[in-house]
Amino acid sequence: MYSVRKWTVSHAKSFNRVYKTLENTLSALHPVWKKIGYERVEKPVAFVEKHVKGLLFDCQMCGQCVLHETGMSCPMNCPKTLRNGPCGGVRANGNCEVKPEMRCVWVEAWRGDQIINDNQSIAGSRESISNVQIAVDHSLKGRSSWLNEIRIKHENKSAKDTSS
Amino acid sequence: MSFMDEPIPGENLPILPGHTSFGRLERVLREGHFTITSEMAPPDSADPQEVFKQAALFDGVADAINATDGSGANCHMSSVGVCSLLTRKGYSMVMQISCRDKNRIAIQGDVLGASAMGVANMLCLTGDGVQAGDHPEAKPVFDLDSVTLLNTLKTMRDESRFLSGRKLDTPPHSFLGAAANPFAEPKEFRVDRLAKKIEAGAQFIQTQYCFDIPVFKEYIDRAGDKGLLDKVFILAGIGPMASARSATWIRDNVPGIHIPDWVIKRLDDAENPKQEGREICIELMQQLKEIQGVAGIHVMAYRQESAVRELVMKSGVLGDRTPWIPSTQE
Repeated sequence: MYSVRKWTVSHAKSFNRVYKTLENTLSALHPVWKKIGYERVEKPVAFVEKHVKGLLFDCQMCGQCVLHETGMSCPMNCPKTLRNGPCGGVRANGNCEVKPEMRCVWVEAWRGDQIINDNQSIAGSRESISNVQIAVDHSLKGRSSWLNEIRIKHENKSAKDTSS
Repeated sequence: MSFMDEPIPGENLPILPGHTSFGRLERVLREGHFTITSEMAPPDSADPQEVFKQAALFDGVADAINATDGSGANCHMSSVGVCSLLTRKGYSMVMQISCRDKNRIAIQGDVLGASAMGVANMLCLTGDGVQAGDHPEAKPVFDLDSVTLLNTLKTMRDESRFLSGRKLDTPPHSFLGAAANPFAEPKEFRVDRLAKKIEAGAQFIQTQYCFDIPVFKEYIDRAGDKGLLDKVFILAGIGPMASARSATWIRDNVPGIHIPDWVIKRLDDAENPKQEGREICIELMQQLKEIQGVAGIHVMAYRQESAVRELVMKSGVLGDRTPWIPSTQE
């Protein structure tokens, strides 16, 4: 919902924290997911993720969430699905070029990022929102990005462990 | 101007050490010349003569010509077609690639094809939404965005592979460009956005119309503070407005174009608004040349392409340099 989405950006700092805690919790449960099987938990987890994030962020279930790097404003709500910043067509009032009645998701992302970073000066760290996001993997659409991230994290970790 | 190792028209220049492309534009910029690029509107026609006629308008005043890719989401001859025709004559082309109409499979294929046809410069754009053009019922693609597109072309060139990882036998030797709009919201984020584009592969930037010099200067200063100006060539966008009415219409209806009140007032007060629009443009070109960190100017004279010569010549920004002219080579 548009109004909820704007509200969550206004509370980006808290949501960012909640999100990280949730991620850590789910990550700690890796042995459980592994035991049951990631594919078997995929459907129920994706169902929960879709509804929780759908309500809060208008989540589009791209399956590769970057909310924590976009000021808690979901870039998949951009009509051009831009994941690396605003296009050149943002209106003078900060609204979207394609949907004039909607605030540009990147104007919102910038606002959320400032809230998360306590309005630090521009020269300060803008690590996350300045990260270059790679091309979307459309084959992940509809899948749980929580599980996906955790799985990748643990796969990388075990690959590292075996190589060292 | 022509180079010592000038090939016969239609063939590529040798790639110099430290250069990534076989093109004229990279040469001119890296030699430190104040550079002019301009833009042609591809015809609504299948006639190649229309393309040659348009390109000739820029002979001797532009170092490279952009071929737009369905600009404003309107359908025209493809940029790959226009570029391929003109590189055969020796023109230095900037092929605009919009993410609106093609997915990564089509785009990568086009880049290989264009590079094989001698197109050295690729301008990576997200593109206008379909609602802006003559086919609002079309499906918008946006598989990539301008930054991931840059990253894709950089991967193809530097790692000689497709985005999928599959190897290329010969990579495209491209000079990669991107657009920037220093005047749109959120303004504070615009320099970070530029930094992202550079990190993703942008080597040159063509900006939106620069009517507001103070805002532009601030943007350039901030880019300089971040050390970005050593990594990229900035070509400041400019263009003549035909009248106060059309300038007001553009300001109100084309998102992302910022035209200050003084421009509209001057056009409104002028006896000959069209000429006044060109005068404003010339003055701005001269002012932009004085800004440190500006490598050149990109002239976008939509529907006034025949005025580009006058604008460039009268502004004197080229000094005594004459960009390459096809006829002198034959």
